Amino acid sequence: MIDTLRHYETPEGIELKLPLAGPAVRASAWLIDILIRSAIYLIAWWILSFLGKVGRGGFLLMAFLLEWFYPVVFEAIRGATPGKKVMGLLVCQDNGTPLSWSASLLRNLLRVVDFLPFFYGFGLLSTLLNRDFKRLGDLAAGTVVVYAPDKNSEKPLPEQKPLPPPYPLDLTEQQAITNFAERSSSFSDARARELASLLAPMTQAPAEKATNTLHGYAQWLRKGG
Amino acid sequence: MKQQAFEQLYKERWEQFDRLLDDLDQRRPQLPLEQRQQLPALYRRLCAHYALAQQRHYSPHLVAVLHQRVMRGHQHLYRSKSSGLWRLLEFLWVTFPNQLRRHHRHFWLATALFYLPAIFFGIACYQDGDMIYSLMPDGSVARMEYMYDPANEQVGRDSERKADSDIMMLGHYIWNNVSIDFRSFALGILAAIGTVLITLFNGFSIGGVAGHLSQLGFTETFWPFVSGHGPFELTALTIATAAGLRLGQPLLSPGPYRRIDALKIAAGESIQLLIGAAVMTTAAAFIEAFWSPNPNIPIPVKYGFSALMWVITILYLWRAGRGRSTPRAARAN
Repeated sequence: MIDTLRHYETPEGIELKLPLAGPAVRASAWLIDILIRSAIYLIAWWILSFLGKVGRGGFLLMAFLLEWFYPVVFEAIRGATPGKKVMGLLVCQDNGTPLSWSASLLRNLLRVVDFLPFFYGFGLLSTLLNRDFKRLGDLAAGTVVVYAPDKNSEKPLPEQKPLPPPYPLDLTEQQAITNFAERSSSFSDARARELASLLAPMTQAPAEKATNTLHGYAQWLRKGG
Repeated sequence: MKQQAFEQLYKERWEQFDRLLDDLDQRRPQLPLEQRQQLPALYRRLCAHYALAQQRHYSPHLVAVLHQRVMRGHQHLYRSKSSGLWRLLEFLWVTFPNQLRRHHRHFWLATALFYLPAIFFGIACYQDGDMIYSLMPDGSVARMEYMYDPANEQVGRDSERKADSDIMMLGHYIWNNVSIDFRSFALGILAAIGTVLITLFNGFSIGGVAGHLSQLGFTETFWPFVSGHGPFELTALTIATAAGLRLGQPLLSPGPYRRIDALKIAAGESIQLLIGAAVMTTAAAFIEAFWSPNPNIPIPVKYGFSALMWVITILYLWRAGRGRSTPRAARAN
């Protein structure tokens, strides 16, 4: 439950990483979608009211399509509703491939049941009871909601002369140091020094220089050695 | 091999891969076939590079970038077939009727769940004019009576809807009837209980109303009105019920699978039944909005049309696409 990275082994024998999205971020996406739909309803009501009875029939037809097919169409074509897009989410099949039309239809029609007994009660229960955060619709359709891959994942590192680490580091150690450097703009100086001082046995540097030394390692790791 | 040398050596190939995927994303129709055919080979090479980069502990950034490329390639190579108009027609002519015939036991059970209470309660309401009140509130009964009263010049519409146009009613019928199909289906996932309850209720109320109105002597308004769209609408409702029963089956008897796997299989099959049912219901809504309420069509013509629709419905579901195997892509979800 703590590790939300799901692995899928492809026929080529490599492991794909699917970072699963939890209930909270999905609820936010759902709220955004509700707002968007409400706005469309308001505008459509205003425009179609000029058309009289034909307009009201059109409005009912549109409400039907919007209510049932808004998520179906968006998820089947683009992989995410506008709300999910904003929250950086993506719906895909269990194996990481894009959603098929029937899977999209299934997972979204079954919202009716996930919504029971009130306000996504069953859905929430289901997401908390299985390790892939699947609501009932996801279970039936074989789909998962994941974080969409970041298009430009390269975050800027603080300027520092590249510096080779004193001994080879394994992948997780490298990642820890790079992450530290990437996120250092969001730390206060004191906090950065405090974290960097944890690695004093490795950097062999006084506390105020340790941060810069680690940034140097990060530069060196990213450029490659 | 040093990382820089590795990157230098394969950079061009990775860029070629990116360009190909960009082209494929934009669906350029003029993209030559031999270029498309490069995708699998390029992708396999990329997978090898990704595995190597991970194994050799190259920088996390390079590993992440390669993972992203692999992910993109995987999504292109293994995506399910896209759908078009032709696929939809093929679905309606071959896949849907075949799927229904494979699930004939669900269909007949659904038929029994709907028609038995309908006939039983219909007869009861026909013989006893007060019976309908045991099921429906007074207001609803009064509205029904008003709608089909021969004195009402707009048969089939209550006082609120009296002046509404046919298009207005089309929107209403599609919204209402297809939503009933969808809800009845979706509630099936709870061991089919929801589907069974909704279907029983539908049977009681539709049968009850028919019996009650016949008992009042509104036969010349009620039956010609419902006869036109009834064949498609009632049959579609039964098929949606069958889909809901199929969806609920794995929880009760998963067969040789784990319940979760049985659910996925059942879901893939039942959604096909439901799509077919929804298309039929939509077609019925057009008949209900434009044909059924038309007072200028003589009653015998309406009954003749109804008989024709029953024949079409039965022939379609019984014969269409027979002997043609279900396309593989459609079967695998």
